[in-house]
Amino acid sequence: MIIDINFIGLIIASIMASAVPLILASCGELITERSGVLNLGVEGMMIIGAISGFALMTVTGSLIIAIIGAMLAGVLISTIFAFLTQTLITNHVATGLALTIFGIGISAMIGKNFVGIPGKEFPVLFEGLKDTIPLLGPILFGHSIVFYFAFALPFITSYFLKKTKIGLIVRAVGDSPESASNQGINVRLVRYACILYGGAMSGLAGAYLSMIYTPQWIENMTGGRGWIALALVVFSTWNPIKILIGAMIFGGLTIIQFHMQAIGVRIPVQFLTALPYIVTIIVLVVISRDSRKIRLSTPSSLGKSFHKDN
Amino acid sequence: MIKIVKRDQPSRAIFFFTPVLAIFLTLVAGGLIFFILGFKPFEALKFFFIVPIADKYGFSELLLKATPLCLIAIGLSFCFKSNNWNIGAEGQLTFGAIVSGGVALLFYEQEGFYILPTVILAGAIGGMLYASIPAILKTYFNTNEILVSLMLVYVSKLILDYLVVGPWSNPEGFNFPETRQFSDSAKLPLLFEGLRIHAGIFLALAAVVISWFVFYKTYLGFQMKVSGFSLKTAKYAGYKGKKMIILVFLISGACAGLAGVGEITGPIGQLHREISPDYGFTAIIVAFLGRLHPVGIIFASLVVAITYLGAETAQIFMQIPKYTGQVFQGMILFFLLASDYLLFFKIKFMGLKK
Repeated sequence: MIIDINFIGLIIASIMASAVPLILASCGELITERSGVLNLGVEGMMIIGAISGFALMTVTGSLIIAIIGAMLAGVLISTIFAFLTQTLITNHVATGLALTIFGIGISAMIGKNFVGIPGKEFPVLFEGLKDTIPLLGPILFGHSIVFYFAFALPFITSYFLKKTKIGLIVRAVGDSPESASNQGINVRLVRYACILYGGAMSGLAGAYLSMIYTPQWIENMTGGRGWIALALVVFSTWNPIKILIGAMIFGGLTIIQFHMQAIGVRIPVQFLTALPYIVTIIVLVVISRDSRKIRLSTPSSLGKSFHKDN
Repeated sequence: MIKIVKRDQPSRAIFFFTPVLAIFLTLVAGGLIFFILGFKPFEALKFFFIVPIADKYGFSELLLKATPLCLIAIGLSFCFKSNNWNIGAEGQLTFGAIVSGGVALLFYEQEGFYILPTVILAGAIGGMLYASIPAILKTYFNTNEILVSLMLVYVSKLILDYLVVGPWSNPEGFNFPETRQFSDSAKLPLLFEGLRIHAGIFLALAAVVISWFVFYKTYLGFQMKVSGFSLKTAKYAGYKGKKMIILVFLISGACAGLAGVGEITGPIGQLHREISPDYGFTAIIVAFLGRLHPVGIIFASLVVAITYLGAETAQIFMQIPKYTGQVFQGMILFFLLASDYLLFFKIKFMGLKK
């Protein structure tokens, strides 16, 4: 049997494409968590981004407005979370859950009029170069700008956290809000900013799903990707580069389903669909078993409220 | 001038007042949303919260929806009180329904007084088994129970889907994704002629009474409370933390499993894809709104059950999308968490003169 080498390239490219929303949302959440805030509302922010992007694209016809609008919608909805957890000192877990329930409801409400409308074609870059290099051509070229941004983001995030002053401040706030506060850092302000940034990235991840990947608005279309993104942050032990690896594994599991069905493997489709969720659990177990390693890499104040008067 | 002052002690009166405040604020915000969508706010709210329960049938539907919510929320309160974040009750409900549905199908077209108790027991065991996964992974492998219990929700729904489409589907069912109807001996008896409310409500009430007893009259209840306040203290006091974690998960899994049994042997009478409109998730809100107190949870389950009914009536009469129910549920939790601020802080209005 001769396997077309470009076909393998195409499969890898499709795995990468399905990893994009996971990378975006995870990298956003990673920054939020590094500042000490656990936002379980990723799924909600993502679905809000998905409907906002799709609705704006349909109404205005402008892709740029739609992408920016989706990110702003993510920011807006995460502001609720930020206000509650930072200003009113509410419990992070409960507030995040409320955000997800609220987000799914409101997105379906807005999206009612957008069901069944076909998406628009999203422009891709370097289309012409696709056939120039075997194998690598389809992997490297012919993708949307969001795709390239997503694969650069883990490196940017890593650089930001390790080498920039603001990155250092974020880590300080997450590891020891008390001493950061004593150093004159406004802990609440930093956390606000990190939450809103996470919202923007989740919003972008959602917009990628509804505008580029699918491209269509389907109710509840994030289908648990927000939760997998949260699991990826634990998997990465809060290291952005490892998010890339994790997202590729999960992208691969998603894509395998389609190809298994195409080849005619007789496994019930439900088992293949369940695979990413089951693998997430297994991976979490393997990573977390070493409690010392987890303790060392988790931001020390993760999920704990900080109030100056405390 | 407004000044915010920290309270020396959380106020007990406000502890039970804030849920009421949260419901009120949700109504205000809901009216505002209806207004933005172009509906008359008061009329819409009336269709949402009053019309659905105005007659006998409506009230029975309210109790029907409140039953699983109350049952699951009671179970969850064991977890939440002791600082265990089981948010996968929806999965435990589904798995409980699968196991009990399987047992009910074994008794297809059979009669017998022993059938229903067996089916109910199977559901509780199914829920417990499913809840034991995050519990064991948390205690022995240090794995985050939030993510594990949530991932298992997706898995359980796929297992159910596989079964009703494949091996368990009704042979005479024209390939509809559903099983055979359970025999009458495997169904919960209806309480009133012509109404859908069934004997499952007694399971919920029993759970309320038992949980009240455990919380306030037993050593286990005390241990849970201490662990909820501070895990360090609990360890210092020598409590067997692992055993307790597994126990509270099993209790809440059993409750969710029973809620699943109530649905499939009550109003549904068979297994199919949509056995629960996210009761397992909504019950999280019910548990908080009820302040993790058994009596509070009864009231909270009734209030939140209205959002389900209201969403349906509002959709029929005003073409308001049915997802407004979820929006209301999310808002209730937001406002509840926000008004908890008043527990710890006083807002003082002071005169302008110094």
